[in-house]
This record gives sequence, structure tokens and C-alpha cells, in this order.
Amino acid sequence: MSLKIVVLAKQVPDTRNVGKDAMKEDGTINRAALPAIFNPEDLNALEQALQLKEQNPGSTITLLTMGPPRAAEIIREGLFRGADGGIVLTDRAFAGADTLATSYALSCAVRKIKDYDIILGGRQAIDGDTAQVGPQVAEKLGIPQVTYAEQIVKIENGKATVKRRLERGVETVVVPLPAVITVNGSADECRPRNAKLVQRYKYAKTPSEKQGLSEECLKLYEQRPALNLYEWSVNDVDADLTQVGLAGSPTKVKAVQNVVFQAKESKQLTAADNEIEDLVKELIANHTIG
Amino acid sequence: MNNLIVYCEIEDGIIADVSLELLTKGRSLANQLNCKLEALVIGSNLDGVEKQVFPYGVDTVYTVDDPRLYPYTSIPHTSVLVHLFKEQKPQVCLMGATSIGRDLGPRVSSSLHSGLTADCTALEIGPHEDKKNNKTYENLLYQIRPAFGGNIVATIVNPECRPQMATVREGVMKKEIYDPNYKGEVVKLDPKKYVSDADFVVEVIDRQMEKSKANIKGASIIVAGGYGMGSKENFDMLFDLAATLGAEVGASRAAVDAGFVEHDRQIGQTGVTVRPKLYIACGISGQIQHIAGMQDSSIIISINSDPNAPINSIADYVITGTVEEVVPKLIKYYKKNSK
Repeated sequence: MSLKIVVLAKQVPDTRNVGKDAMKEDGTINRAALPAIFNPEDLNALEQALQLKEQNPGSTITLLTMGPPRAAEIIREGLFRGADGGIVLTDRAFAGADTLATSYALSCAVRKIKDYDIILGGRQAIDGDTAQVGPQVAEKLGIPQVTYAEQIVKIENGKATVKRRLERGVETVVVPLPAVITVNGSADECRPRNAKLVQRYKYAKTPSEKQGLSEECLKLYEQRPALNLYEWSVNDVDADLTQVGLAGSPTKVKAVQNVVFQAKESKQLTAADNEIEDLVKELIANHTIG
Repeated sequence: MNNLIVYCEIEDGIIADVSLELLTKGRSLANQLNCKLEALVIGSNLDGVEKQVFPYGVDTVYTVDDPRLYPYTSIPHTSVLVHLFKEQKPQVCLMGATSIGRDLGPRVSSSLHSGLTADCTALEIGPHEDKKNNKTYENLLYQIRPAFGGNIVATIVNPECRPQMATVREGVMKKEIYDPNYKGEVVKLDPKKYVSDADFVVEVIDRQMEKSKANIKGASIIVAGGYGMGSKENFDMLFDLAATLGAEVGASRAAVDAGFVEHDRQIGQTGVTVRPKLYIACGISGQIQHIAGMQDSSIIISINSDPNAPINSIADYVITGTVEEVVPKLIKYYKKNSK
């Protein structure tokens, strides 16, 4: 059976390289100031989607992301690896959203996509580590969820068999479709870019990215629909303005601190033999070791 | 009404440690809020389960007992919480930041439109002033958590929506008996009123749970490696040192992400919180999210070739040198000096 697959993905700041101007005064993240990457576990989710597409000929993969217009970068990245198209959910009104307002907006977009069998996403994003958006989207859509998925074993009779990787073991569940499945980092790594697909999609652009192009150029986009990426606003997905962005977020950031841990007076040692031996003797004498 | 409720996880009839830790924290928060501490246990064969939670100061334990409610699946447990919360209107709900709590919490918060903060490292009670709307709030739950890869710590509040929901990882709060003779009330809820047959859509066809291989939470000595270890092979050295000292091997998130060791050894905000009597940090720079998970260790030794590694500031002993040089010497001199 051919499947309509939606992959939820997020462009995230690479939290391993955070500069000083990363935070805005209202306690939200200044994403513009940071290197942006495809959230790692969302790539694991994309790989599961690509495997499903291989096993179920005729399937399509649509990437859906919410973020600033530049988030189109990860849509292209997904196309280079085998996705079929993508949508950037972008609007100033979405800014400052917590997980609940984010999942509301995403669920509105999924409703607009309308025809879907399976919604995949990473278990969590590396900038927030909350793992909340997947289940919250599932609840808003009124469909089941499977979190911590490591492998979609098979799809049969409208049901997916999914292996989950939990703290202390493995669980296999059968879930009726449509369903939201969030994928762990322990799942198969995403395949690399495919050179042919890079050639095919490197000029894929969203409307904002096409601004300023010559008419001739724009005509070419009309002739090649696959190169058109979509941008949806609050109005496009019929979202309720009171439920999106900062205003629609029940959680508020009260304070943000760069925490300084209580510094101790440290004994400074070198790797010299006598210093290491003295340390070991001291630890043995005070019963810390031995 | 308006009490503090802890969702208690249960596996093979035993309430999970993380839930007992949250009851301990919940008791002290409930005292501050001047409200009751309630526990919710959902599962199968729950007779007598109250005995496990009363000593932690639980005033009311709700049980929902049905063979179909164990093992955990998302939608039936969500239904129970959503229905019960609509009736009881708790002001705070705490759950473990486990694969269950992190599956259930967001689903419940999405249904009730209540705020949820994941993986809190501290919970406090305090006031909040909303300057924009010129409103003040008393006795809100401060949900404190590192964010942004551990580079900052944020205090989150939910001024308007109830319950204020938070998840906390195992080991972050301390488990402590409140009163061994504490007696609360047992309220058995009728499953039929809280779950519908249509909720049981997901079928668990196989479960293979095992005890975690690594026991870093209970270890009294931990040898932990960071990204600075450079490779999986170099971690062998740490396993040698750990075997010599009778220690467990832990790791920073960066080392786990790099594939040097398995995930169940991860220490820090997204791993396990530990408080051993000796913590030997090898090639760990000391991101906040790591330090948050080990700063209460009694003695900390940092081995790092960078004398300015952030972790050095909280270390009792700083050895400036390469791990390759220092670790074999620790092994050698321990063998020489111990009996």
C-alpha cells in the first residue's frame, strides 16, 4: 500500500556552539545568531520514512517544519536525501511559541495537508530536549502515538508494528494508522545526500527565497513544480491567533540565567609520578578509595 | 481540590524510584502550598499498593485497576489523567521524565491546554509578576531546567493554566521517608468511568525489560569520560581504572553522542544524576548540563590537558595532563599502595 508520510522536522541551533548573543531579553532564543542544523533525531525519522517509501512503492514524503523563512534550508536538505516536497510554516505570529503552541500550529498544518497515513518526527530536538511536540500533535489530531521508536518493523492492514527502545529494554507495539511516531537517535542513521537529487533540487525555493528573481527565472519555476517549496502562514492553516506564538503558550520564561556553579578551591597537580602517587595515597588514607 | 498530584509509575507491582523521589519533593512543596499530596497509580492488581506510597506522606492515593491498564499505553492513561484532573483540578502535577512520563505528560497537557516543563532540575514555590498585563501571582511552581543544550538555566512558570505540570528525571530529587506510619486515604476509581474501550487502540505484543547493565546511579566511585577521550578505544582505559577501583564508568553527553559508550552511562541533565563519594572526570570540559548531574559528588578529580576547562572550577583536585598519561599512573600507584 502506498503511504502518505509527513515528517516533522526542526531547524535547530547547533547547541554545541553557542555564543554570547544567543538569548534575547525576553528569554527566548535568538536563532538568527547561531549556526543552524537539521535536528539530528529528525534525520533518524526521515530515514524511517525513506525506508517505508522503499518498501511501499508510490509513497510520498512531505517535510513540515515551523520556523523562520531560512528553515527552508532543511527542507532542501531533506529533498537531497529523498523526500518529495516540503512546507515551511512561517509567520511572525508563531514566534516565541512553547511546545504546546508549536504543536497546535503543526497540527493545523497537518490538517491542511489532510491526506496522511503516518506522521514521523524525531523524539526530541537538541535545543529544548523536551520530547513534547510529537505527543502533543498526536493529541491535537486525536490519533495514537508511538514514542521512542527505533524501527518501524512493518506496515500491514492499516497498522504499523513498531519497535520501541526504552530505558530498560525493548517493546514492540502495533498501532493503527494514522499515527504519530517519534524516532530515537538509536534508530538507523539517515542516508547521505544523493548527488542526483542535489542536482535536481538545489534550486528548490520558497516564495520568500524567490523574491527579487527575474521574470524569466520565475517562469522556469512555473514549469518545474517540484522546485517550488511552500510557505504557510497563520491564515493559510486557519490557526486561531490566540493559540499560537508567545500569546498561545501557557508556559512563560520567568528568568534565564547563566548559572555559575559554586567554585571550589582546587588542588592543582601535574601528571608527574610523585604527585599522582601522593594523591592516590591520600585518597586511600581517607578511605575514599580502597 | 487544588492539590499536588504525583503520577506514580509501576513495574511488576513496584512503584518506580523516580515516583518516590517525586513524592518526597511533592510532600515538601505541598507543605509550602498548604495543600494535600496525592498519588495516582494506574495499572493492574494494585491491592495494597498504598503501603508503598504512604510513608512518603501521601494524603490520598487514587488507584485505577484494570488488567488492560498494564503495561502502560498512552491513550488509556491519558484518559484517566484528563478525566481526573477535570474533576479534581490539581494545581500541580509531577511525573518522572521517563519514557512513560515523557509520553504521557505532553499528551495530557495538550488535551487540557496546560503548560508542561520537561526535565526539571529544581522545583520551587514563589510569586510571579506579569508586568505586561500588570498581574501578580502567588505560590506558582517555579520549574527550573537547563535549556539550550545546557548552556542556560531557565525558570518557567505557568501563570494561568492548571495543572502546572513538570517532569523530573530519576535521581534528581532525593527519596526520603516522610513518616513510616503516615496514613492517607485510598480512593479506588472505577476504570469504566475514566477509560473507554475505544482508548485501547495500541497493542503491546512484546516486552523485554532488563535491569540496566550499568549501575552508575548507585556507584560510590565513578570514572567518567568526555569527548576529550577521543575514541571508543580510549574508553577501555577508563574501564581498566574502574575495574581497579571498583568503580562504574560514566560519560558526558558529548561522549555518548560520539558513540564512545552506551547511552545508559550518560551523566547529566539528559542522563542520570549521580552523587558518588569520588568522581573522576577524564577529558570532560564541563558543560553545565553535565555539571548539573554530578556537582554533588563528595570529591571531584578533573583530569584535563586544558587547565582552563570549566569543570576544573568545581573540582577538588585538578590534574593538568593528558588522560593517556595520568590514568595508567593512577592504576599503577593504586595497585602499588593498596593492600
